[in-house]
Amino acid sequence: MATLSLRNIRKAYGPAEVIKGVDLEIDDREFVVFVGPSGCGKSTLLRMIAGLEPITSGELQIDGVRVNERGPADRGLAMVFQSYALYPHMTVAQNMGFALKLAKVPAAERDRKVREAARILQLEPYLERRPKDLSGGQRQRVAIGRAIVRAPKVFLFDEPLSNLDAALRGQTRIEIARLHEELGATMIYVTHDQIEAMTLADKIVVLQAGRIEQVGSPLELYHHPANMFVAGFIGSPRMNMLPVSVLESTAAGITVSLPSGAALTVPSTGDVAPGTALTLGLRPESLRPDPDGQLAGTVKLVERLGGLTLLHVETEGREDVIVQIEGLSMLNINHPVRLAADAAALHLFDAAGMALPALTRHSLVA
Amino acid sequence: MQAGTANSTLIHGAGGTPPGGHAAPTSHKQTTGWLVMPSVGVLLVWMIVPLAMTLWFAFQRYNMIDPTIRGFAGLSNFQDMVTDPDFWASLKNTLLLLGSVLVITVCLGTLLAVLFNQSFPGRNIARVLAISPFFIMPTVAALVWKNLLLHPIYGVVGVLAQKFGFTPIDFFAQFPLASVIAVVSWEWLPFALLILLTAVQSLDTDQLEAARMDGAGPVAQFFFITLPHLSRAISVVIMIETIFLLGVFAEILVTTNGGPGNASTNLAYLIYSRALLQFDVGAASAGGVVAIVLANIVAFFLVRTVARRLET
Ligand SMILES: Nc1ncnc2c1ncn2[C@@H]1O[C@H](COP(=O)(O)OP(=O)(O)OP(=O)(O)O)[C@@H](O)[C@H]1O
Ligand SMILES: [Mg+2]
Repeated sequence: MATLSLRNIRKAYGPAEVIKGVDLEIDDREFVVFVGPSGCGKSTLLRMIAGLEPITSGELQIDGVRVNERGPADRGLAMVFQSYALYPHMTVAQNMGFALKLAKVPAAERDRKVREAARILQLEPYLERRPKDLSGGQRQRVAIGRAIVRAPKVFLFDEPLSNLDAALRGQTRIEIARLHEELGATMIYVTHDQIEAMTLADKIVVLQAGRIEQVGSPLELYHHPANMFVAGFIGSPRMNMLPVSVLESTAAGITVSLPSGAALTVPSTGDVAPGTALTLGLRPESLRPDPDGQLAGTVKLVERLGGLTLLHVETEGREDVIVQIEGLSMLNINHPVRLAADAAALHLFDAAGMALPALTRHSLVA
Repeated sequence: MQAGTANSTLIHGAGGTPPGGHAAPTSHKQTTGWLVMPSVGVLLVWMIVPLAMTLWFAFQRYNMIDPTIRGFAGLSNFQDMVTDPDFWASLKNTLLLLGSVLVITVCLGTLLAVLFNQSFPGRNIARVLAISPFFIMPTVAALVWKNLLLHPIYGVVGVLAQKFGFTPIDFFAQFPLASVIAVVSWEWLPFALLILLTAVQSLDTDQLEAARMDGAGPVAQFFFITLPHLSRAISVVIMIETIFLLGVFAEILVTTNGGPGNASTNLAYLIYSRALLQFDVGAASAGGVVAIVLANIVAFFLVRTVARRLET
């Protein structure tokens, strides 16, 4: 059982405010992922929750109790550091049992808990080794084991996979998901890797410059981004943004005209007068070559990834509209193409960057 | 110790050829082995000549007051030495001085290093002040302590004692060895501090934070994280200090002259007094031989433990 509640949390280093008022509710057993560009304050926020960094103002509650003044060990949390921060002079078993030793847990029980954690993480053969004699992935598992042994209410992860190679990262990601399932603990996870965020999270928190941009399930963020920042941040390759102006607003949606004069109807609503300048967001995966498409352009670059191909198309006054198509396409550089867009996957943003609400919610997003 | 190292290099270089040495790598080894011979030779001569002379004189009757008494002395120099109470006292003093200074500098140095790693106003100035004694020559340092600090009448401590109504103590007369230990510790504390401070600074702060999350308070952090991290640096400090502390001389000469009696005479001072105050080169050389043996014993244990630490 662990719920967290952040009330207007702020952090200032001297005059510089790095967390500018964060409100967030985290439910029991939820897997929450903080994402955001480098320097946006993800680690700082996590460290404030951990108790490693004092909270300048606002209130942090765990299970409804204010914990601002409690030390890191008394909050019932465990943290996995990006650098692993294993104790180099202790064996794997001693590393994992250190917290229990400090808590004066009897040696026999300590040993039992360490073995149990080692079993879960398949670390049993390495219990007597020093961290320097382990591979990166094994060290990572020891760091996780050190957290598990304490049976914390909440697990905190700060970019735990960023030091691993791609294959191992995928594998460990699955292991963390399994662990979340098995332990039934609340987890807060910081990453800048989209795939980790999309696959692991129950709830993604997108941060920018110390503020929350949007909170929601992965698919909610993907299909209904609240603003241009989230739309650009979630999804890879990035969403294409084109300047458009409103032609008319009807019950069927908003019809906009593209720079070339072509017209598109987007199923969004909003109080927009004809002539208003908006931004149209098109995901690369919602565009497709189509002889009857509204957008005419020329292929400038072809990136063949095998299963997929990315086309960089010069169209609508832009040179780099990215289109994601299947890998067997014969389209080549300097080919003229016409592009059609899946109307349901179009987004409109006003001058302030806020999304105009969609007429219908996506079926996968409750 | 040094003779031993050179010898083993020599043996290795020459003996690198196995009996049927026709394999290419071994012949290569043989050629390179000879290439290091000139430097090994120079080092060997550099050490062997004084060593051989010391050994030679140790077995000679050789007193500069009466040059007519010459000839082979057998073991009589050593016999005189082991029956001489001064010798045993000096041996004890040497080890006491070494041990005390090591304990004081390492303990205080570790504490100061941890302290100077925290940020507080004026830290940089405090660091410079703490390190400055290292730049003062031993003779000057000893004079400062003898005349400016601990002198019962003119010294700061004496003046303060008088001011508060205590009888000033003549430290160098009443606690000669302890006073010498204080002077030498004062000189070597900066060295320990300097080495240990850089080691403390290299400690990964994530480890300390992980320990905090694990429930370690400041004391537990110090003993479980910081101290193990420092162990390597501490062994280096111990080894280097030992090499220099076995031969402390100037401080004793300036402050106590080894006295009163033999209360602050160490082996180095004893050799000096035998050779240049009593002009008994034979006895001094016998003391020198003992000093070499002692240094080798200490070095043997130190090098072994330090090498083991540096491995991990
Ligand atoms: N001790 C400090 N003093 C002043 N500013 C700091 C301090 N620590 C962090 N900051 C600032 O706070 C901001 C947020 O830092 P933080 O480490 O939380 O970023 P992040 O989102 O984790 O980035 P990354 O993805 O690169 O790890 C940064 O702009 C950083 O410069
Ligand atoms: Mg970070």
